[in-house]
Amino acid sequence: MRTGKTYWRSLDELARTPEFEQWLHREFPENASEWTGKASRRNLLKLMAASFGLAGLVACRRPVERILPAAKGVEEYVPGNPMYYATAFSLGAAAYGLHVEAHDGRPTKIEGNPQHPASRGAAGSFAQASILGLYDPDRAKWVRKDGRRSSWEEFEKFAAGRFAGQGAGLRFLSGEIGSPSLEAVKKHALQRFPQARWVEFEPVSQDEPMAGAQLAFGQPVRAHYHFEKADVILALDCDFLGLDAPTLSYTREFARRRKIGTPQDRMNRLYVAEANYSLTGAAADHRLRLRASEVAALLAELAAELKVFGETLRVLPAASGARRKWLAAVARDLAAHKGRCLVLAGPRQPAVVHAWVHLINQLLGNAGATVTYTAATWTPQTQALKELASEMAAGQVSTLVILGGNPVYNAPADLDFASHIKKVECVIRHGLEEDETAALAHWTLPEAHYLETWGDARAWDGTCSIQQPLVAPIYEGRSAAEVVALLSGYPHRRAYDIVRNFWSALSEPQWRKALHDGVTPTPPSAELKVTADARRIQGLPLPPPATGVEINFQPDAGVWDGRFANNGWLQEAPDPMTKLTWDNAALLSPATARSLGVNTGDMISIQREGRELKIPAMILPGHADNSITLPLGYGRTRCGRVGRGVGHNVYPLRTSGAMSIAAGGKVSKAPGRYKFSLTQDHHSMEGRPIVREATLEEYRKHPHFAHEPHQELFSLYPEHSYDKGNQWGMVVDLNACIGCNACLLACQAENNIPIVGKKEVARGREMHWIRLDRYFSGPEEDPEVVYQPMACQQCENAPCENVCPVAATAHSPEGLNEMAYNRCIGTRYCANNCPYKVRRFNFLEWHKDIDQLQRMQFNPDVTVRMRGVMEKCNYCVQRIQEAKIKAKAEGRRPIRDGEILTACQQTCPAEAIVFGNINDPNSKVSQLRKQDRNYAVLAELNVKPRTTYLAKVRNPNPELV
Amino acid sequence: MNAIFPKSADRVFRFAVAGLVVTAGAAAGLYAYFSHPKVLDTGYTPVQPVAYSHKLHAGNLGMDCRYCHFTVEKSAFAAIPPTEVCMNCHVRVKPQSPQLQRVRDSYARGEPIPWVKVHRLPDYVYFNHQAHVSAGVSCVSCHGRVDQMIEVKQVEPLSMAWCLDCHRNPAPKLRPVELVTKLDWQPDRDPADIGREIMRTKQIHPPLTCSGCHR
Repeated sequence: MRTGKTYWRSLDELARTPEFEQWLHREFPENASEWTGKASRRNLLKLMAASFGLAGLVACRRPVERILPAAKGVEEYVPGNPMYYATAFSLGAAAYGLHVEAHDGRPTKIEGNPQHPASRGAAGSFAQASILGLYDPDRAKWVRKDGRRSSWEEFEKFAAGRFAGQGAGLRFLSGEIGSPSLEAVKKHALQRFPQARWVEFEPVSQDEPMAGAQLAFGQPVRAHYHFEKADVILALDCDFLGLDAPTLSYTREFARRRKIGTPQDRMNRLYVAEANYSLTGAAADHRLRLRASEVAALLAELAAELKVFGETLRVLPAASGARRKWLAAVARDLAAHKGRCLVLAGPRQPAVVHAWVHLINQLLGNAGATVTYTAATWTPQTQALKELASEMAAGQVSTLVILGGNPVYNAPADLDFASHIKKVECVIRHGLEEDETAALAHWTLPEAHYLETWGDARAWDGTCSIQQPLVAPIYEGRSAAEVVALLSGYPHRRAYDIVRNFWSALSEPQWRKALHDGVTPTPPSAELKVTADARRIQGLPLPPPATGVEINFQPDAGVWDGRFANNGWLQEAPDPMTKLTWDNAALLSPATARSLGVNTGDMISIQREGRELKIPAMILPGHADNSITLPLGYGRTRCGRVGRGVGHNVYPLRTSGAMSIAAGGKVSKAPGRYKFSLTQDHHSMEGRPIVREATLEEYRKHPHFAHEPHQELFSLYPEHSYDKGNQWGMVVDLNACIGCNACLLACQAENNIPIVGKKEVARGREMHWIRLDRYFSGPEEDPEVVYQPMACQQCENAPCENVCPVAATAHSPEGLNEMAYNRCIGTRYCANNCPYKVRRFNFLEWHKDIDQLQRMQFNPDVTVRMRGVMEKCNYCVQRIQEAKIKAKAEGRRPIRDGEILTACQQTCPAEAIVFGNINDPNSKVSQLRKQDRNYAVLAELNVKPRTTYLAKVRNPNPELV
Repeated sequence: MNAIFPKSADRVFRFAVAGLVVTAGAAAGLYAYFSHPKVLDTGYTPVQPVAYSHKLHAGNLGMDCRYCHFTVEKSAFAAIPPTEVCMNCHVRVKPQSPQLQRVRDSYARGEPIPWVKVHRLPDYVYFNHQAHVSAGVSCVSCHGRVDQMIEVKQVEPLSMAWCLDCHRNPAPKLRPVELVTKLDWQPDRDPADIGREIMRTKQIHPPLTCSGCHR
């Protein structure tokens, strides 16, 4: 291989264990074709024989199908044509603008709103998957009193008596409010009940960054980073491409600075210091493995290198030679790019780190250039919750209204929320789920999903959107604003009236435009000029590195803080880095694992402050030593069918004093083994040059580094010419791809891809059409990571087609390798013959047990596949056909470049995927295919794939190479 | 040694084999014949909940197909119209007719009339009315002379082979797009000539690949 690197996907592969070899040599793993239903094979055959016999009797009559047109027409509704509405999705304080597609009144697919500054057309994995929450059959459906079904009328009667006074002993607890109209209702409620209090709490909060701003500037401010202007970026435990909001717009700006067309183009440079291996770490040019609790020390060393405080800096903890060297190079690079660089710290880092970062950015001239600030209001959330818990413990709370959230499950363990809540006379719980908190509430009120009620939402930059419903509440759900309005006698009671009246300044045309565009005309928050107080910051004591094993609590890429636990798509989407599905694990480095004597799958016991947690360990190459990362959100006990009992709950170890980084952990090996369902070894490609990468310098020397010389092969069959009409092709820029899973979930939603469950994933039966291959390279302690999205490559000389005995997979004149599901008989020869291993087989009837309600999510333009057929990516052929029919009906012939967006391309926040007509020399995809970096995977097989890749180029600092 | 079977057994065996072949052949032939879409599906004339006559409306009164099936040029579905469309006229025309009681009820209660689907394609076929109508394929090509039917009947087999016949040779079935709903239109010259001209000017190449209809 030209780059001289060895790529590996797991430690098993690196060590060539027998388990890995087995995965490698079988297309489908052992037992994959085993029948796992309740009936045995013999019983099945009996049943089949009986049904064949009876089939003769029932087949005499043609089934009667009904067509039920609406009695009264719906304006602008054309049966069969989807309709799109703009709305907004909120996750904590950050809202993202969406376009939601609805078929016949059923929302089916979520896409980002191109006009919204936080989405820019992209939708992250949470937003993509949130549609499944609407159709969750285990949702909170009815009003319940003490567990028995009641009604809103009953509750209203009760509330009229209960909420009559001044609000003594009344407390509200909600998640972070990002909705301006709900804020107005909240304000009204607090005026109506002057003795009441309102607490906002998010398990994954902005407490530390806000406290850091308070330290630096004397007021809470929100920082906004401008990656498009930053040439050098230093991210300290900050996963701005992954989980630290608002990732979508940051990803787009960052990725634009990574895309290069010619060797002369310039790229930004990213340094990352972190404990866990994050997506940002994978994108880094230089990554320093560092315990999260040592970031503060690193920052101080950086300040010394930068001579932030002159030469008089106190003596710092000694850093090893390599770290010093790294830091010195980073400091020189930052200093050489004053005003064009950026230093960031993640929200898990303590306040003082944020204060130092603000100061360093200011001294580097970045404030006002690559980082700007806006005003923010802030009440420390964990502190507020702590106060609430002590009031509850003292019996001072008589009525507790919990809006959203799930504090019984995710409040800090030392607050003992679950036992104190029992001392509250009346607990009213409004939420989407009947969860741990609902179980301890006297009244549970169903919350309306954001796609079925009116609301509004504020994005990270202050832009406001109207949250527009697509469907009337499926059950009895109401919005949080409606509930508070009901309790406090707000003048407007219905969600629409609350929102419309809050936005009464908008005239009717303005309102309609705001609904249409998905953004209101209110400008984003104004920039604030603030100055960091250098003297004060210098005097702040830096937190010492954690003693013992450091424990990091992080939101999970699948279930966030636990709120998406009942979402099957997110549970089954492999974690971007660990490739773990349906689980969380204690992530630790190979060296730490060795010192503990554990291997992946061994149970470990973590003890801290008298609390103990047993959780399986998982070795993550590149994790910092003496540090453990625990993803939040698993181990739910009261949850829907999907998420109940999945994974391990790590909240019992998380206390209010150590919400993100906990010191003093004692870790030991515990008895027992645990079986993970990992996808990392599935569909492996055995040491071939699948991903190709170079440094910018190498690229400048050898612009064609991505091209492997290989023997030209000739096909035995006459070659088909593909030089007329539309010839579809795709280019994936590995420089832009960050491996975030958004494409995988968009594909799942668009193409009715089933979930198969943990057991079946372990058998290698996962159905995702896109596989996000994560390759490690380098030493197992500290490897680099490259991502490569891999779906059907649409080979012109497709090996799968030649072996199909029934011609169920055939080639179209436009270059698509097509699947006719109804023709497939399930021989699986095609999958055996596919060099890219991208074909997926329906081993079982995955859709059989799907609830009627959940079926409403299906895209009617795509066949729902049955058991025994093969399926795979088809470049969203339904979208191609739709565009072609539309183009023809409009009387124009050529399809415009960019008119067809595949689902993965549409949602990619990094714009890494480009699809189009390669026969049109001016199309974007043709232009990209002409680039030096363009290469086809396994080109030497002469299969002529239509999907090609732009090789990855990293931009390391020459000083550190 | 005595023969176990008499000599005549040979003949019995031969007859049995021949009989088996004939029976199997006949069974296969009957199956093939009766399961052929032409036999199985054509002629399907379900009873509709309302005795609506296409002959009266589209034939005698000369209403255009698109008055009711107004989405045919915009969508994959020609769509059965909402009850409201019936009531556009029938608030004035025969407002008391007992035959229309069900229509009036539906409109008043907001409940749909459960029409029975006549032309049924398998679920894995994605037929698109808009594509065909805008290309100049007339309603009559697939649905027959609906303007002469009192009860709508399936007249074509709607099988894959039947679809492909036209996709392979569309010219005879094409006409100027403004004449698509004129079911009684008779071309003044060879329809294939007209079709070929339309194919040239509108660049019509009906798909013969799987994804044209299956996806």
